[in-house]
Amino acid sequence: MADKILKQIKVKVWRQKGPKTKGKFETYIVNDISTGTSFLEMMDILNDNLIREGKEPIAFDHDCREGICGVCSLYVNGRPHGPDDDVTTCQLHMRKFKDGETITIEPYRSKAFPIIKDLIVERNAFDRILQAGGYISINTGGVPDGNAIPVSYDDAEAAMDAASCIGCGACVAACKNASAMLFVSAKVSHLARLPQGKVEAARRAKSMVAKMDELGFGNCTNTGACEAECPKGISISNIAKLNREYLCAKIKD
Amino acid sequence: MTKIKTHIPEGPLADKWTKHKADLKVVSPANKRKLDIIVVGTGLAGASAASSFAEMGYNVLNFCYQDSPRRAHSIAAQGGINAAKNYQNDNDSVYRLFYDTIKGGDYRSREANVFRLAEVSGSIIDQSVAQGVPFAREYGGLLANRSFGGVLVSRTFYARGQTGQQLLLGAYGSLNRQVASGQVKMYYRHEMLDLVMIDGKARGIIVRDLATGEIKRFGAHAVVLATGGYGNVFFLSTNAMGSNGSAVWQAYKKGAYMSNPAFVQIHPTCIPVHGDQQSKLTLMSESLRNDGRVWVPKDKDTVEKLRKGTVKASQVPEEDRDYYLERRYPSYGNLVPRDVASRAAKERCDAGFGVNETGKAVFLDFKDAINRLGRHVVEARYGNLFQMYEKITDVNPYEEPMMIYPAIHYTMGGLWVDYNMMTNIPGLYAIGEANFSDHGANRLGASALMQGLADGYFVIPYTIGDYLADEIQVPRIDTNHKAFEETESAIKAKLEKLKNTKGKTPVDYFHKELGRIMWDKVGMSRNEKELKEAVEEIKKLEKEFWADVRIPGDLNELNQEIEKALRLADFFEMGELMALDALERNESCGGHFREESKTEEGEALRDDKNGAYVSAWEYKGEDADPEMNVEKLEFEFVTPTQRSYK
Repeated sequence: MADKILKQIKVKVWRQKGPKTKGKFETYIVNDISTGTSFLEMMDILNDNLIREGKEPIAFDHDCREGICGVCSLYVNGRPHGPDDDVTTCQLHMRKFKDGETITIEPYRSKAFPIIKDLIVERNAFDRILQAGGYISINTGGVPDGNAIPVSYDDAEAAMDAASCIGCGACVAACKNASAMLFVSAKVSHLARLPQGKVEAARRAKSMVAKMDELGFGNCTNTGACEAECPKGISISNIAKLNREYLCAKIKD
Repeated sequence: MTKIKTHIPEGPLADKWTKHKADLKVVSPANKRKLDIIVVGTGLAGASAASSFAEMGYNVLNFCYQDSPRRAHSIAAQGGINAAKNYQNDNDSVYRLFYDTIKGGDYRSREANVFRLAEVSGSIIDQSVAQGVPFAREYGGLLANRSFGGVLVSRTFYARGQTGQQLLLGAYGSLNRQVASGQVKMYYRHEMLDLVMIDGKARGIIVRDLATGEIKRFGAHAVVLATGGYGNVFFLSTNAMGSNGSAVWQAYKKGAYMSNPAFVQIHPTCIPVHGDQQSKLTLMSESLRNDGRVWVPKDKDTVEKLRKGTVKASQVPEEDRDYYLERRYPSYGNLVPRDVASRAAKERCDAGFGVNETGKAVFLDFKDAINRLGRHVVEARYGNLFQMYEKITDVNPYEEPMMIYPAIHYTMGGLWVDYNMMTNIPGLYAIGEANFSDHGANRLGASALMQGLADGYFVIPYTIGDYLADEIQVPRIDTNHKAFEETESAIKAKLEKLKNTKGKTPVDYFHKELGRIMWDKVGMSRNEKELKEAVEEIKKLEKEFWADVRIPGDLNELNQEIEKALRLADFFEMGELMALDALERNESCGGHFREESKTEEGEALRDDKNGAYVSAWEYKGEDADPEMNVEKLEFEFVTPTQRSYK
């Protein structure tokens, strides 16, 4: 727990004024950072310095800062969410870096996630995929008692594993094809594993996959990079489940 | 006093809601199509209300400042959601949930509202299950429960330590379905900056598109605020960085009453502050107190050794440990309500028994639970929380106890609403954490999720019809009306003023300073002298802010500094009102502890003769003091007693 002080680090950051302007890397120096400081707190300190020097701070997405909202999205030293496993960028701490190190920070790069400014990208494509069918079609009210739909312990756990996805987009950023298969499969298999969700499982799989293709995400070639970089440990076996659901639906057509 | 009209129906407690529903006006399907509703916020309350309205046939415009509705801060709620299902056969009931909530809130909430909350709680579970929320299950396939603070039954439903996330994703799914159907128009990265009123009614909002900086107008027949709490007044809190009180505050400045702003919940189990570079505090779920035991050393010698690191917590023998919650509150032990647990931790730390370098931490120890249940059981219950703790602190909580300290977590205060969830401004509603209504002076664990969804799924869809039934002749709101013009000009002038201050100091500096004043003087323990000092210090800081803040970049682009500056400008004013409200309330109750009002043993002392009221603050203009109206709390069905968890 004993925190040390990193005397100096260099931060090489992608700067881009707007969606249509050309971006480039800039390098900044940050001094005296405690290893107990979070990565985004280091960014806060850098921004504080920049503002005091009369420069523009670096725009980056962040909100809950406890690894659950899924909005933080940086590509740090070549990895989405940086050099630690099973964490989001906001949970990454400076103890993972060395004194004097140069840290490279980029936005997620994918055709489906256009850059708005600096490190902020637009991930609305994920919302649109879910709007295509990532739900159970029921209205408020008129539903049976909670215990009227028994769910086996294992199914509930498997559904929960898949439902843990935070929609951060690291899977897309990690994939050489910029495929959204892990994201789509997590929702499809979460719902398909529950009796409530089975009713429209076929329709759901087809329409979500069609929307994913339409929005410019790439194909899955089973490299497994998505699973390796997912901060929530979403398993690639969900993709197999999606393929099964999708195939079954197509065969029935 | 005559200004306050609660619209609580007469009759026996258990019949009030049923009777009221029968009396509410209903809008026909053909007319619903002609009516527009604005919902601001997409957390549990906002998403559930927006999707429910749309399913009923209203046209809904839904706004969130985040890039997606799924990121609203309800997503971060961990431990669970209460419901009076009595699935455990432990003699739970609607009445018991009502009673626990009223008592837990230290008798500072309305009986009728709290009873209704308990009454609809079961339907929330049914709804969520039907949406595919993967609640924890027993091997027989039925729903599992656990206990939470301040109660003696097991009525909390949960999805690992991610209950808020799963409930929100359920509501977000329903919302997505309505967005796809076109019944909800969703506006992402859009922040409400002001409320527009026409002829005394709420008729629209002015928003800023955060991605482009464009200022836009939206009109509707009713406006629903589901914008959460104002805990970020304190800078350091468990709230998301963007959580803010600005929508609520603009409504207040347009005439809506603000109730009980001093009632803030301080959560006992958060990861302690590590240093002055900290931006945010992380909660460790209250569910951990089911199996974790809270302690500090009995003697200061051990405290010193722990602080120096010459001895590890796990090496401190049993006889040298003071399990102070079990000692002081034998019947509830580690599961006392949050306010009680927080004050007890502060008391030990103030007495010099705090265990980390700063002296502001106590232990939460799982040694006994791991010995009793086995590590795999503890891991199944709390694995994700333990992982989160280790990532942040670099300490393995399976081997060494967690260190925790209280932090700002939730605001019980909020906009005043009547029984229909309408503020005193016709057509303006407030639901979820944004209103004041159900938690009194202290919220029980796992009740925020319950309230947000109760309001959104099962209360406001009924009550809003009563107002809208009289609006069916009103054509679509014209945003060229001069009220929109004027409100927009005022907003633009405020933005320009901030931008043109051309000072030297970043927004965050002022926010941290405000947080320091609030935590020291309007925090866990309050007294008249310091509250008065706080008001003066906030005013001084606010002046400095308006003279010396620096906003880089342009207004017509994505600009995170102007976003923060706008929110902070409101936080100064809110902080001041919180201090005023705390000054007016001379008693101690729930999370509000006045040092002048305590028992000989140091416990909070309530004053029912003078304190059984809800404050309803009325804005009187920039240079005038606000006026405190009062809603008297009547207890017809329960008798307030001094709360005891001993």
